Amino acid sequence: MDGVMRQAYPVDPKSAVGKLARPAQFVDVLVVGAGPAGIAAALAAAGEGRSVMLVDEHPVSAAMAGLDVPYLFGGRATPALGNQARMIEQVAGAMPGLEDAFEAGIEVALNVSVWGMWVAGPGLQVLPCAVAGLATEDRSWLCGFGRAVIATGARDLVLSFAGSDQPGVVGAQGLHALLTRYDAFAGRVVSILGSGRLALETALLALDKGLTVAALIEVRDAPQGPADLVAEVAARGVAIRCGAVPLMAETTVDGVVALRIIPVAGGAVERIACDTVCLALGLVPQIELLDTLGAAVTLDRDRGGYVPVCDATGQTSIEAISVAGDCAGVAEPGGLDYRMAWMRALLDTGGNDALACTCEEVTRGDVFALHQPRYLGPESEAMAARDLAGLLADGPPDHDQMKRLTRVSMGPCQGRRCREQVAMLLAIGARNDIGIVNRAGFRAPVRPLSLAALAAPDDAAGRDGWDVWFGIVAQWVPYDEIGTPREADYIAGDMHL
Amino acid sequence: MSQTRENGAAVVIIGAGVTGLSAAWWLARDGVDVLVLDKGVIGYEASSRNGGGATHYQSPLFHEEQRLWPLMDELLGYPTEHRPERIVIAMNEAQMARYQRMQGILAGLGYRADLLDPQQVRDAVPLAGDQHIGGVHIRTGGQANPQRTVQAYAWAAQDHGARIMQHTPVLGIEMAHGRAVGVRTRDGMIGCDQLIVAAGPQSGTLLRGIGIDLPVAPARAEMIVTEALPLMPYGGVDGNGLYGRQTLRGNLAYGGGWHEWMDELPLHGALPRPSTPVLQHIALRIAQMLPKAAHTRMIRSWAGIIENTPDGRPVLDRPANPGNVTVATMSSVGFGLSPATGRALRDLVIDGRCSFADIDKLSLRRFDGLDPDWRRIQGWVTPATHQASVPA
Repeated sequence: MDGVMRQAYPVDPKSAVGKLARPAQFVDVLVVGAGPAGIAAALAAAGEGRSVMLVDEHPVSAAMAGLDVPYLFGGRATPALGNQARMIEQVAGAMPGLEDAFEAGIEVALNVSVWGMWVAGPGLQVLPCAVAGLATEDRSWLCGFGRAVIATGARDLVLSFAGSDQPGVVGAQGLHALLTRYDAFAGRVVSILGSGRLALETALLALDKGLTVAALIEVRDAPQGPADLVAEVAARGVAIRCGAVPLMAETTVDGVVALRIIPVAGGAVERIACDTVCLALGLVPQIELLDTLGAAVTLDRDRGGYVPVCDATGQTSIEAISVAGDCAGVAEPGGLDYRMAWMRALLDTGGNDALACTCEEVTRGDVFALHQPRYLGPESEAMAARDLAGLLADGPPDHDQMKRLTRVSMGPCQGRRCREQVAMLLAIGARNDIGIVNRAGFRAPVRPLSLAALAAPDDAAGRDGWDVWFGIVAQWVPYDEIGTPREADYIAGDMHL
Repeated sequence: MSQTRENGAAVVIIGAGVTGLSAAWWLARDGVDVLVLDKGVIGYEASSRNGGGATHYQSPLFHEEQRLWPLMDELLGYPTEHRPERIVIAMNEAQMARYQRMQGILAGLGYRADLLDPQQVRDAVPLAGDQHIGGVHIRTGGQANPQRTVQAYAWAAQDHGARIMQHTPVLGIEMAHGRAVGVRTRDGMIGCDQLIVAAGPQSGTLLRGIGIDLPVAPARAEMIVTEALPLMPYGGVDGNGLYGRQTLRGNLAYGGGWHEWMDELPLHGALPRPSTPVLQHIALRIAQMLPKAAHTRMIRSWAGIIENTPDGRPVLDRPANPGNVTVATMSSVGFGLSPATGRALRDLVIDGRCSFADIDKLSLRRFDGLDPDWRRIQGWVTPATHQASVPA
C-alpha cells in the first residue's frame, strides 16, 4: 500500500549474497574449444560485432597428458610436450582456421582450460553474471560472458584389458592429436582396435604419418566401416582380424611391445608385435561443462552416449548456452550396441581381473563383487556377503553409489579413463540396458588443477563473512547452557568455529 | 501394533538419510518392523555430502556420540572409516581464540583437548607449514566416511529385517481419527502405526500437511576434494575456517564458507545443487592451512542442500498431537551425531522419551508463536525473495 514503509529485511552476512564479485574480464561471447566448430562459432559472433574470446586447452601440459586429460595419450607423447612455449607455437600453427580468428580480432587463448561454467539458476542466484572458470597450469581466474558456445569436441572411449593401463595404449583422439596438432608421437608400430570409420580413418592417418599399422582388430565377424575405407586400408596392406579381441598387452618398462589377441569364439592366441595399441571403438562427447551448468543431457545410442539436449542451432536447455561440433554428439549409428559387444567379449575372454579403474586400481571383479577398497583391509563377514547383485535388488545401478562404495572412477583422471566402461559393467551386472544406469555427473573443476592454481586471491572479499558453517550463533551453545543466563555470553562471544 | 508387512510397517520412516537410517537400524535391532522410504538413493543428499566430523560438544547427544563411534564398525558389521581425534589449526589470533574456547568447553564436559604450539602442529600435521600460530588437539571426537557410513546403516538395518524402498517419494501423510495412519506414494498407501519424518529440507512440507509446523529453511553449501596424499598421523585435521578431513584413502576433503539459501524444495525430482566458484576460496584456505599440499590437484567438488531451524538446533520430538509422529531434523549438523540420534529416535518411538539424555530443549514447542515471516526476518531467503522485500 502506498505510503506504508515496508520493513527493510537483513541479508544473512554469512551467505554468498554479494560475495562473488563481477569478474574483471567480460566478453559478449565465450567459445570453448578451437576446433572447426568453435572457430566457426567465434567468427560468426565476431561478424555480428560482439567481443569474442576463443579458448582452447591445447596444448595441454605434460602433466595433464600424463593423466590422459582430455584424451587417452597413453604415455606415448615425446618429451617435446614438456616445452610449453614451443608446443603453443606448434599447436597454433597446426590448427586450421586459427589465423582467421586472429584476423577477425578474436581474443584467442591457447593452453587455457575451462574448469567450470555457471549461469543463474534455481540453486544459484548469487552470481553477478554468467561466469566461466579459466586456468593455465599455475593460475586460475573468472571470466564473465553474455553467451557461450561450448565446442569441446569428443574424448576417447576406453575399455580395458590386461596391460591396458601401461604406456602405449592410446585412444584415437590422443593418437590423432599427437600425430597432427602436437607432432609429438613417440610410437612407430600401431595395432588398432575397431574397424568402424573411426578405426579406419585412424589407420590411414597413421600410415600417412609414416607409421606401421600392424593390424586392425574387430570383435564382430566383419569390418564395420564404409566399404571404400575398408578397401583402402586393405590396399595399403593392413589386415583386419575379425572376431577377435585383445587378451593382453605384453609390456616392458617402456610399455607395450606386443598385443596378444584371442578369437571370441575360442582358439589360438596370436601375438602381434607393436609398441602402441590404439582404442578406436568410439568417441564420447565432452559434456563436462554442460554438467557444471546444469544443462539437460540425454542418452543417444547413435551419437556417442550422453549428449546435450539441443535444437538444430545447438541451443541447449540453458538460454545463454549453445553447443557446436562433436560435443553435441558424434554420428555413430549403433555405437552403443557396438561398444557393448566389445565390452562383453573383453569380459568373456579377459575375465574379472582387468582394471576397471586405473587410478584407484579397481578391477572389474571388484565392481561385480562390490569389494571395499584395499586400503580398508580384509572385509568383515557381512561385507563379504554383499555384492552388486544384492545392491541392485534395492534399486537401479547408480554410478555415483558405486564410486562411493568401491572408489571406482574416483581418481585424479576424474573418471575419464573408466566412466563408460563402469557404466557398461553396471548394465551387465544388472542384466539390463545401459539406459537404466544412473550416470555419474561431472563437477567443477572438470580439469584436475592444483589448489594453488585454483585458489582465489587472498583479499578482504574472501575473508569477510566467512564462517566455517552457517554462522548461526545459537547453534553452538552447549546444551546445558541453553536457557540459562550464561547463554547470552556464548552468543555474544561469537561461537563459530 | 497392527500393520502387516504387506500393506505397511509398524514404523515407517520418511527419509533414508543418515538420521532415518540410524533410527531404522536401532529399531530393527530391537525387532521392530521398520520400513524406510526415500525419494531417491539412500544417503544421497546432505547425509553423504558433509565433512564426516564427530565432535559435537554443543549437543545433548555428545556423550553418546563419543561413546558409540569407536564401536560402530563392530555394531554395524560394515566399515565406517571412523578415525579418532581431531587437530584444529589456527592461522590467526581470532581463530586461535575460538579454538581455545572450544577446548575450554570440551574440558568442562570432561574431555581432553590440548593446546598445540606451532612446532607441535607441524609434528602432528606433516602437511602444515610455517604460517599457523598454533592449534588444538582434541583427544576425542574424530571423523568417519559419510558415504560408507550411510550404506553401513542401511545394510545393517536390512540385516536386522528392516526394509528400504528407494525411489519412492512420499507425497503426503494420511491421517484418520487423529492419528497418522500411513503415507501416500505414487504406488499407493503404505500404512504405519508410528511414523518418523526425517526427510531433511522436505520434512517441513510433509509435516505442514498434517498441521505440524516445523520451521526449516534449505540452503546449499559446498566442499572440495583433492587427489590422494600419503596419510598423515591424524585424519581429522581442519581449521582456518574450514571443516573436513584427510580421508582414509588420503584425499583432502574440506568445506566451509558461504552458503546460499533456497526456496522450499519439491518432494521429488532432481535438486539444483551446483558447486560454484566459492570452491576457489576453499582451495585458498586449504593451501594456507596445509601449504605442503598446495600443489596437490583438486579433482572434485560437491554441493549439498541442508536444512536449518531458526536457532540452528535440532528438533527431536514426538509431539502430543497426533502422538504417533516423531519429528527429526538435525539442523545441518546430523552426520556425526547420527549413532546417538538414531538411538534417541528409537527411544521416542518405543518408549516416548529418550533414555540416555535430556533432549527436552530440542522439542518443537520452542517455536510456538514464531513469526511466519521468520526466514525474511533472519535474512534466510533467496536473493530474489530478498529483492522483492526491499522497501521501494
